[in-house]
Amino acid sequence: MEKGGLGLEITELRLGLLPGSCGPSLVDKNDKKRVFSEIAEDKNSTTEEKSTQTKSQVVGWPPVCSYRKRNSFQEKDHLKKESKMYVKVSMDGAPFLRKIDLSMHKGYSDLALALEELFDCFGISEALKDADNSEQVPIYEDKDGDWMLVGDVPWEMFIESCKRLRIMKRSEAAKGFGLQLIKGFPKGFIKDVTK
Amino acid sequence: MNYFPDEVLEHVFDFVASHRDRNAVSLVCRLWHRVERLSRQRVFVGNCYALSPEILIARFPGLKSLTLKGKPHFADFNLVPHDWGGYVQPWIEALSNSRIGLEELRLKRMVVSDESLELLSRSLANFKSLVLVSCEGFTTVGLAAIAANCRFLRELDLQENEIDDHSGHWLSCFPDSCTSLISLNFACLKGEINLAALERLVARSPNLRSLRLNRAVPLETLQNILMRAPQLVDLGTGSYIHDPDSETYNKLKHTILKCKSIRNLSGFLEVAPRCLPAIYPICLNLTSLNLSYAAGIHGSELVKLIRRCAKLQRLWILDCIGDKGLEVVASTCKELQELRVFPSDVLGVGHAAVTENGLVAISAGCPKLHSLLYFCQQMTNAALIVVAKNCPNFIRFRLCILEPTKPDPVTMQPLDDGFGAIVQSCKHLRRLSLSGLLTDRVFLYIGMYAEQLEMLSVAFAGDSDKGMLYVLNGCKKLRKLEIRDCPYGDKALLTDVGKYETMRSLWMSSCEVTLGGCKTLAKEMPRLNVEIINEHDQMEIGSEEQRVEKMYLYRTLVGPRKDAPEFVWTL
Repeated sequence: MEKGGLGLEITELRLGLLPGSCGPSLVDKNDKKRVFSEIAEDKNSTTEEKSTQTKSQVVGWPPVCSYRKRNSFQEKDHLKKESKMYVKVSMDGAPFLRKIDLSMHKGYSDLALALEELFDCFGISEALKDADNSEQVPIYEDKDGDWMLVGDVPWEMFIESCKRLRIMKRSEAAKGFGLQLIKGFPKGFIKDVTK
Repeated sequence: MNYFPDEVLEHVFDFVASHRDRNAVSLVCRLWHRVERLSRQRVFVGNCYALSPEILIARFPGLKSLTLKGKPHFADFNLVPHDWGGYVQPWIEALSNSRIGLEELRLKRMVVSDESLELLSRSLANFKSLVLVSCEGFTTVGLAAIAANCRFLRELDLQENEIDDHSGHWLSCFPDSCTSLISLNFACLKGEINLAALERLVARSPNLRSLRLNRAVPLETLQNILMRAPQLVDLGTGSYIHDPDSETYNKLKHTILKCKSIRNLSGFLEVAPRCLPAIYPICLNLTSLNLSYAAGIHGSELVKLIRRCAKLQRLWILDCIGDKGLEVVASTCKELQELRVFPSDVLGVGHAAVTENGLVAISAGCPKLHSLLYFCQQMTNAALIVVAKNCPNFIRFRLCILEPTKPDPVTMQPLDDGFGAIVQSCKHLRRLSLSGLLTDRVFLYIGMYAEQLEMLSVAFAGDSDKGMLYVLNGCKKLRKLEIRDCPYGDKALLTDVGKYETMRSLWMSSCEVTLGGCKTLAKEMPRLNVEIINEHDQMEIGSEEQRVEKMYLYRTLVGPRKDAPEFVWTL
């Protein structure tokens, strides 16, 4: 597992997702100015989008007015069509923070993989599976300003309330946050304490 | 006629209200023209580029209410590039420099800037009513100016606009002295709202009849508002989510009982279906119900609601209602006049939940139906023939089968006969939108029978130029024709060029017309603006045979417009 030294990937400049590639439903002010390049970009869209758009490559069809297209929410897609949910992610030891769009992920494991990629660190998904042995503790700040352990609440509830993320070193958890530790593990992680 | 003093004529003309009738009156003789124009208060301009503000102001010095439309209809479907035009600024500048005491401005598909709104608010002292439909280019800063400066404001109605929300403070800009509001609609605003300011505003507006809230207004506030405004006739809820066991919800149930005047209901942009029973008591009185943004109401909850609305005349709904749900509508809403069924899956790739069966049921149960917009999975000729027989009173018939060029699934035939039955039976038909597999034959029928047709929308239809020619020759009252993805070329375009001066506009995109054809037309008809939209720089000047991707032509008194962007060529 690579620790410490940052891989080149982290210093690589990466653009955020192309406005059009999240589907025509996620349109903010800039997108509506680029409506036509957005349609052109549809042809280069991600596979995720292609699978939902196999039929509607026709511009302006069905003839639903663009306001209605942008503002029609389907119950099940409600969360997907919300505006992007970018939150800051900090990792102890990293020189700068990153941002991640929570609405682009389907669940905790998906998020964990994304975080690992961002910081080139392995262990976050381990943390969720097997808290005892992992080096990193993913926590988040919720709407009330409290720092919470990632993974306790259902995913939908989590992305609604998460304001920022932090990947904390286990050693920090012990001293900095004053978490009560029972047998060396933060309270929230108690599962099987037969060790 | 010459023996009556002008005042008598004017008094008689007072009874002539419709724009068309007044236009006709003004053509009788010079005297009538003069009396009519001096007494005219309401003017409708269907295409803002057909004339100039100066012409309007010179002709109608008594103007009080102006309606303006900007972009072509297909701009709604992203077929017109941003920055195409339709700016209201020159109109507001001209009006503010004139002596016209404009009181009402109604705009559709226009670009409105904050600067325009501020100028309007400062220069028109008597301004009372602003209605913006499908407009863009302004922010809540412009709204704040309207709120702050229009001392006699009665109506602020924002429908389906793209508004940049900078803050919710515009509501607080209504001064305490503003007590004249009758209608306030901000449902399309996306941002937060100063709830306390909203409640205070409602409290000091005893004449408030129409209020449509946005998503940011929670149920608690709705409750408070309804307490203070039980006289509301038109209500659009914001967020309609709460715990049905809560005190607030309980209060709402009691408050709604006092709102006996509500006839129009809309909103439910977010909804907890278990809270719907609170509105049951007002359902019986409703004449208009718009649930087309209420994706959270479906299935049995939706049907339960509809069953209580026996007096509905207008219903806008999502297709998740299904054919079965439409059968409930048909058996419950005997007074129904207008029905719109929108697709819940707006990407259009899924399956609409309604078919020809739902429409047939409606036509059988609702004989007063005259306006229809129906997005569906499929349609058959047999169904359309039955619908035509059941409902001969259609004025507007817009059918959209989600899959382009889909034939009758039972017979695999084109839908020519079905639409033919509609135009033959519905002698008052003014607006028609076609879809599905269609040959030239349907246009033959339209040309033959659709004598009152004013607006026709065609997509992916027809086999040859003949189709378009049948329509241009036959439909004497045609005003707007919009065509996309059809095989019509220069022959269709150029056979009867005089026709276009009798129409407001023609749109053709992804057809077979060439640059040469359009140039010829522009040359022969100097009083038309023939505009080519040349996006992505595809076209080269000089090559006459190349196909024109998008053409929009319209009659005008003032020649090529001066605000056309680079990608619009006026030939």
